[in-house]
Amino acid sequence: MFRYIVRRLLQMVLTFFGATFIVYALMFANVDDPLQALAGDRPITDSQRAVLEARYHLDDGFFTQYWHYVSGLLTGDFGQSLTGRPISEMLAQAWPVTVRLALFAIVIAAVIAVGAGVLSGIRRGGAFDTATLVLTLLVLAMPIVVLAPLAQLVFGIQLGWFPPTATRDANLYELLLPALVLGTLVVATELRVTRTSVAENLRADYVRTARAKGLAPKRVIGVHVLRNSLIPVITLIGVDIGALMSGAVVTEGVFNIPGVGFNLLRGIRTEDGPLVVGFVSVLVIVFLVINLIVDLLYAALDPRIRYE
Amino acid sequence: MTDIRAHLDALPGVDPRAPLLEVRDLHVEFRTRDGVARAVNGVDLRLNPGETLAVLGESGCGKSVTAQAIMGILDTPPGHVTRGEVRYRGVDLLRLPEADRRKVRANRIAMVFQDALSALNPVYTVGFQLAEQFRMHRGMSRKDAKQRAVELLDQVRIPDARRRVDDYPHQFSGGMRQRVMIAMALALDPEVLIADEPTTALDVTVQAQIMNLLAELQQQRGMGLMLITHDMGVVATVADRIAVMYAGKVVEEAPVHDIYARPAHAYTQALLESIPRLDLKGRPLNVIRGLPPALTDIPSGCAFHPRCTYAREICRLEPPPAYRIAPQRIASCHFVREVLGV
Ligand SMILES: Nc1ncnc2c1ncn2[C@@H]1O[C@H](COP(=O)(O)OP(=O)(O)OP(=O)(O)O)[C@@H](O)[C@H]1O
Ligand code: SF4
Ligand SMILES: [Mg+2]
Repeated sequence: MFRYIVRRLLQMVLTFFGATFIVYALMFANVDDPLQALAGDRPITDSQRAVLEARYHLDDGFFTQYWHYVSGLLTGDFGQSLTGRPISEMLAQAWPVTVRLALFAIVIAAVIAVGAGVLSGIRRGGAFDTATLVLTLLVLAMPIVVLAPLAQLVFGIQLGWFPPTATRDANLYELLLPALVLGTLVVATELRVTRTSVAENLRADYVRTARAKGLAPKRVIGVHVLRNSLIPVITLIGVDIGALMSGAVVTEGVFNIPGVGFNLLRGIRTEDGPLVVGFVSVLVIVFLVINLIVDLLYAALDPRIRYE
Repeated sequence: MTDIRAHLDALPGVDPRAPLLEVRDLHVEFRTRDGVARAVNGVDLRLNPGETLAVLGESGCGKSVTAQAIMGILDTPPGHVTRGEVRYRGVDLLRLPEADRRKVRANRIAMVFQDALSALNPVYTVGFQLAEQFRMHRGMSRKDAKQRAVELLDQVRIPDARRRVDDYPHQFSGGMRQRVMIAMALALDPEVLIADEPTTALDVTVQAQIMNLLAELQQQRGMGLMLITHDMGVVATVADRIAVMYAGKVVEEAPVHDIYARPAHAYTQALLESIPRLDLKGRPLNVIRGLPPALTDIPSGCAFHPRCTYAREICRLEPPPAYRIAPQRIASCHFVREVLGV
């Protein structure tokens, strides 16, 4: 197990460098004159240009620039946004907001998916199963860029059930609508995987053994079937975190929630290179760490898995 | 919580003089999209305490389904018991409320499955799965139940039981795993043990050990053992009586030595001739011609007639009655005398 973790950490380091390198390259290749972008419409004098070039290492080769940037990252210095604010400060403000939103969405989606998935897995072809099948198809067909403004319009503005936007320190009620919208991104697949997994496990031999032991159906399903069925679902939830991150960009944009996605969106729109690269780098790290945790959880659930 | 036992002893209809287990005219069908498969078509069986009844027959003849129907663990749907009785000490289990039926399982009638790797839950330790029965049926604490689990593993002679109790099924060898399976079935001291091909999934060398263990535990406890098997060698050494099944029916039932010496049913005879025998080495085997019937379309009359060398017109038209040819022998064949050669 220890060796497995070490190997995973090494892989994470490589992935981290690869991902930041690509984003860095894309962002800086995109801007013709980064200093002009920085200055906006104002003209820059040659002496100003020289100072700035030295500060941003612009006269160095691309690799050296990248190197300067990453070594800054690793020492906690994310540099400054083109707006002049330190990026680390912006990150510190944005992350808690997004984490709360994403966690809320994950929990809502998982509870609905597992609850409804188990029920429809037990009675496949029943009324409940058919109803969830139709609903999940509907949800799957609805892209979040459409769903988010639609939900905001209908439930936030017309019906007025929820606040149409959320602030940085929004309470759970304010976050409920955005979290539901974000959750729809993953709930349908999670539900269908749970359902299939439960239905498959119900036919497994060990279920027959459990029944032969005179156990009540509640225990057969709640203890024996459930844990086996959840193994693929847990992995999926882990993979889904990536989807939630990208969904958060849209959701936060629509609902005006000042989280990571919101900042990232603004950074992209204003071609704020340092901001985008800084935010993406942290996203990558978070993503990698979560994946590692999910893998370890997977091993805890399924004793047959032994990481070498 | 020994009141479960008291409760079971007081079930309405319990008759101390009745046979331990008696199956009468059992019918089971599977209703699937491809039609109705009649897997069991009137099985009659009887098992006494301390006795071993071997159930023989080609693959698909309904042996496992019969066992599952006795246990009450058929997959329903698609499986349904459509007729018959399963009497445990005179009580018809098929008419028992589900709650009572559940108490009979494991407490009175237990089952060992063929493939212990798939029959044990992969994500729980064997200790958990053994202890579970004491906790659920006897209301024991986790700690006491685990202690009992260790004792059980000891009884089936798993070395180092105290440590192995925390292992998962996949960490055991095939033979050891089947011992765990046996321990699980014996946990609550059942009176009837149904073993469905308990050694088929094992290496030949381990098979004998497991059979010996089963036979020994059965002797110690005076259990009735219903042993479903393909292995004629095993049958000859451990069984008292044999029931031969064909297309969901018991076609011949007899004490083990009688059947080997002189089968009374054409199918039994063909089955015996199809086994390799050392004394007949070098001669071609007499394989039964044709295939077992599709259960959705069982031949009329005697289901064996399309494959039977004795078959005549009547075999196609009328199902043969069960002839009692000796006090303990029954055979359902129109030409019992011819097969016996008398
Ligand atoms: N769950 C099920 N669903 C549908 N049909 C089934 C099911 N279980 C059994 N059957 C039917 O019942 C028939 C008899 O099966 P059974 O398992 O009793 O055979 P068997 O005598 O135990 O054979 P084997 O020696 O291969 O174990 C099968 O051929 C199959 O058609
Ligand atoms: S009844 Fe007829 S077909 Fe059936 S086994 Fe006897 S002789 Fe063969
Ligand atoms: Mg079978």
